[in-house]
Amino acid sequence: MNFFVELKEGLGISWDAIRANKLRSGLTTLGIIIGIVTVTLMGTAIDAFNRAFLQSVSAIGADVLFVQRFGWFIDSDEEWVKAERRPQITLAQAREVERQMTLAQAVAPKAETRASVKYKNRSSNMVNVIGTTEQFLLTGGVIVVAGRFFTPGEADGGRPLCVLGANVATNLFPDEPAVGNKIRLGGAALEVIGVLEKQGEFMGPFSADNEVIIPMQQFITSFFAQPDVQIQVKVTDLRLLEDAKEELRGVMRKIRHVAPADEDNFGIDQQEMFIKLFNRVAGRIAAVGFFITGLSLFVGGIGIMNIMFVSVAERTREIGIRKAIGAKRRTILLQFLIEAASICLLGGLLGLAIAWPLTLVMGRFMPARMSPFVVAIALLVSLLTGVVSGFFPAWRAARMNPVDALRNE
Amino acid sequence: MGLIRLQNISRRYQMGTETIHALRDVSLEIERGEYVAIMGPSGSGKSTLMNLIGCLDTPTDGAFELNGNKVSEMDDNELAEIRNREIGFVFQSFNLLPRSSALHNVELPLIYSGMNAEERRKVALDTLENVGLTDRMHHKPNEMSGGQRQRVAIARALVNKPSIILADEPTGNLDTRTGVEIMALFADLSRKGNTLIVVTHEEDVAKHARRILRIRDGQIASDEKV
Ligand SMILES: Nc1ncnc2c1ncn2[C@@H]1O[C@H](COP(=O)(O)OP(=O)(O)O)[C@@H](O)[C@H]1O
Ligand SMILES: [Mg+2]
Repeated sequence: MNFFVELKEGLGISWDAIRANKLRSGLTTLGIIIGIVTVTLMGTAIDAFNRAFLQSVSAIGADVLFVQRFGWFIDSDEEWVKAERRPQITLAQAREVERQMTLAQAVAPKAETRASVKYKNRSSNMVNVIGTTEQFLLTGGVIVVAGRFFTPGEADGGRPLCVLGANVATNLFPDEPAVGNKIRLGGAALEVIGVLEKQGEFMGPFSADNEVIIPMQQFITSFFAQPDVQIQVKVTDLRLLEDAKEELRGVMRKIRHVAPADEDNFGIDQQEMFIKLFNRVAGRIAAVGFFITGLSLFVGGIGIMNIMFVSVAERTREIGIRKAIGAKRRTILLQFLIEAASICLLGGLLGLAIAWPLTLVMGRFMPARMSPFVVAIALLVSLLTGVVSGFFPAWRAARMNPVDALRNE
Repeated sequence: MGLIRLQNISRRYQMGTETIHALRDVSLEIERGEYVAIMGPSGSGKSTLMNLIGCLDTPTDGAFELNGNKVSEMDDNELAEIRNREIGFVFQSFNLLPRSSALHNVELPLIYSGMNAEERRKVALDTLENVGLTDRMHHKPNEMSGGQRQRVAIARALVNKPSIILADEPTGNLDTRTGVEIMALFADLSRKGNTLIVVTHEEDVAKHARRILRIRDGQIASDEKV
């Protein structure tokens, strides 16, 4: 028998059946709608989250290597204890790195602490205070939107200056320009010479928004005489990142006098590793999200199965008639599968229609957009739910004995 | 060789611990072109016999051949094909699809035999015309009288040009006058060379037929040509 003729007939029948039981079909579809809305929003949110993260993280700079006493990723207590015993990375070592590296475009030492800043009667507690040099402008991925960054001379010299992160600036100077005013930090009055561009929420602790950047010399005077620094190395060419990393490792081992047999007593990290970690976390979030989604679709599917059993029972006589005049098992099976799939697909379309405006709302907080991929997945999933949950009832219908089915009143 | 051959057919139903012998050891042959009336009291096994001949059911024991096909050995799908090709079944309660038009009801066997839409429509319309219902083709069953519904059912039975037309008390749900009209339609079909088997209670309905089979307690009590 011609498959398309059967398919067309099946579509006609299921359309009639759905129309004849509008309320019932509608209520059953609800489960699928909820499932599909969750699938869509979940997919879109995860996608948006990824995108936002990558946007933010690229501000750190893909071509920057970070050298510090502790690596970013310490997996065990044992490693941590070992790292604790490592000697500090000093400013002198940073200068030595700058002198010896051939594949470096810029090298900046970065010392960090937390302190309060004040301007007149306004204050911000526990901002990140960064002591660095003018090269930080290249390695740190920061952009100055007002004023300027400090010069090489200012970085080493004694002039009391600072550059504010976006949030610090708006907190202290809600209604006047920050540049040109003097703030109090660590017992000194520092002139604001620049303000940085806002970096956004996804950077978390890596965001420069809550930072005050001061010349390294100022940092030494106000906070620590011998700070433990991070060295940021921007490579000349991203393609040489691995070579540069090797060179950097060699330089560091040499200047820290690490014996050939000993392990590194410092860590070199790069953004890529951070992305790897993120992907691991994001993968877990996605797994949990899709588990919940799967659960809601499962419940929806059970609803479909239930209603299909009812539909089959109600139409036993119709099944008997169709079989009596020549419908095969396959034909009946297909008919009810099409019906279940149509209900679910309808649910899927409605779900997408509901998810669409929600995505737009979501788009105001993160770079969310409903991708064709997510739409395709949602429709495929709803179709599949219909076929899977409709199969058992349809199979029961297909196997009915025509005489028994015709006896049914 | 007969169009229909039943050899020692039995059909038993199991109701809990009780076994019901609906047909006991029935042997029967029917030739092409015959018009057979089956009569007998209620519960005697007439419908059981019709369902077996119509390939809606399979015997518990015995062999059944239809048009050279060994039906008693067929599986579900083969039976469906035989029903579609060889059998036209008319029921007492019409058994039309309630949500479909007369035309669609008549088209249904052609859909299952895979005929394309254009040809299907033409054949179905011709058949509806033969039973005098061209003007009702877009009506649903509940918009038609009993006699009209049974005509649609007869058209549906005829549309695939089957080897046999079976009718199980086709006038049972109709008033006397309509019943007479339907029986006249069957007589006409017989004259045109169709093979007909009709179950009926009424003696004057049976007088159209040329062979009367009387059944009692699942056995053939008499088989007479008239
Ligand atoms: N599906 C069935 N299950 C159990 N008993 C049945 C079934 N079908 C028919 N019977 C029994 O078989 C006997 C013959 O039934 P049937 O062929 O319908 O008689 P008729 O059509 O002559 O009135 C009856 O006793 C009836 O109760
Ligand atoms: Mg009967």
